[in-house]
Amino acid sequence: MRLSNEQVTPPASQPGASALPGARLASETGITGRAGDRSIAVRLTEVSKTYGTGSSRLLALDGVSLTVADGEFVCIIGASGCGKSTLLNLVAGLDESSGGQVDTGGRRVGLMFQEPALFPWLTAGRNVELALRAQGVPRAARREQTRELLETVRLGGFADKRPHELSGGMRQRVAMARALALHADVLLMDEPFGALDAMTRDLLHDELERICAERTLTVLFVTHNVREAARLGDRVIVLSSRPGRVIAEYDVPRHGARRIDSAEVARMAGQLTDRLREEMGRHGN
Amino acid sequence: MATDQALHGLDNLEVGSGAGGASSGRAARKIWAAAWPKLLAIVLVLVVWQVVHLTGWKKLVLKGPGDVLPDLWRMAHHALIWQAIGVTMQRAALGYVLAVIFGTVIGLLVARIPPLRAALGSIITGLQTMPSIAWYPFAIILFTAGTDAILFVMIMGGAPAIANGLITGVDYTPPILLRAGRTMGLRGLTLYRYLVLPASLPAYVAGLKQGWAFAWRSLIAGELIVSIIGPPGLGVLLNTDESNLDFSGTTSVIIVLLIIGIVVDMIFTQADLAVRRRRGLLDPAAAS
Repeated sequence: MRLSNEQVTPPASQPGASALPGARLASETGITGRAGDRSIAVRLTEVSKTYGTGSSRLLALDGVSLTVADGEFVCIIGASGCGKSTLLNLVAGLDESSGGQVDTGGRRVGLMFQEPALFPWLTAGRNVELALRAQGVPRAARREQTRELLETVRLGGFADKRPHELSGGMRQRVAMARALALHADVLLMDEPFGALDAMTRDLLHDELERICAERTLTVLFVTHNVREAARLGDRVIVLSSRPGRVIAEYDVPRHGARRIDSAEVARMAGQLTDRLREEMGRHGN
Repeated sequence: MATDQALHGLDNLEVGSGAGGASSGRAARKIWAAAWPKLLAIVLVLVVWQVVHLTGWKKLVLKGPGDVLPDLWRMAHHALIWQAIGVTMQRAALGYVLAVIFGTVIGLLVARIPPLRAALGSIITGLQTMPSIAWYPFAIILFTAGTDAILFVMIMGGAPAIANGLITGVDYTPPILLRAGRTMGLRGLTLYRYLVLPASLPAYVAGLKQGWAFAWRSLIAGELIVSIIGPPGLGVLLNTDESNLDFSGTTSVIIVLLIIGIVVDMIFTQADLAVRRRRGLLDPAAAS
């Protein structure tokens, strides 16, 4: 179903969040990004998504436009109900948009969820191998690639363990290996570390950063954790809730390695929190 | 590298060392722990039986365990009972295999094809609630009294439960796994083969177990009702003993039926436990 343009409410203009030191407000809504000379990996143009019909009709996403450049790490934050997961489903091709365009230029897209979603009847190794098999990788090559992928997420010795024998962080790393097995150019991550303890999460941030650098991955990372967004993102996009609209976009300056407890991350997180609070206040929460 | 070490440290903390092989002493204790409730149950039954016998209730016909158990022992040394067990178990195997085939094929079709689901879903549930013994008049008219009639009723009894187990399993495939499977590129038949069917296994095993119980009941009822030419099965022995007012013989056959039922149930329970253990669906505290 495609909505005509008239039905799509144009994005309400928001009073811009004043640029605070440490980060520059890149733009309000609109197709921007610091793509520069890099090519665009993901382009959403005025994307809307409605669920249901009639009185139960729910507008989940409303005219969302954003771009992600090749190799860029973009975080999307927003309060619950901002349609973050819907957005990823659209990019992953698991769902159809009601209006607008989603373009990934034929790139392979991998998706990770908050739950590892491993198949409990298969060992860690077999879980990864199944993804390779689904890609049509011949049997002979699968074993070696599985081993490499598990090494990549530092689980080389755990190929024969079943998911329930692994800790939450390890399961999530197997899920990461499985997503990498798809040879995805674009990795979509839906609060992948949301269910983990802070210690494990910090370590996995480092791991994710390393893997992205090694493989020049493009990442679209959804979270509700402002610190996580500030820690990981090259750019942070703030979505409003019900319906989801892009209300702000921040470039995160990068001076060498970042840590979750560094001052610049804290400053960025503070800005994001303020912006989110403002948005929630608008809803009267 | 620091991250590497920290991760390995965390991993080792969380996974712990696998439990070593159980020593023979622990194995013996395990067997004892599994066996004593069953032994206690047998002792309780014998005690109650003996007490009832001693009260003199139905004195003319009701014999105590002191008379019946030696009869059972003698029976065990005759070829007749073993032959009957053989005949019955052969029928059981054939009828059950047929029920599994029918149940599985119908279950798969119904789970996969929505119009079939709409048409047959409620019929399958209805069939499950139908006492299978009610099929015998129908089966005897259709097939005449014989093994075919019994096999038919076993299928009618067992297949719906098996189909229902499979359908339930397919329906309850976690949506998050389906999303993961689709992201991987699993579609259509491969999605079924690698995701939906393995995910349905626990419910399917439960259906198989229930299907066996229904098929087994149908079989014994059939052997009681349908008069078959040829070597007698356990049901036929029961029938003969009843005609002869042979309390000891009837009770002995019932005990044999009970033992078969318990043994087969144990096999299914073990299969069920194995499936659930592999998936981490057992409470580790309860499983140990």
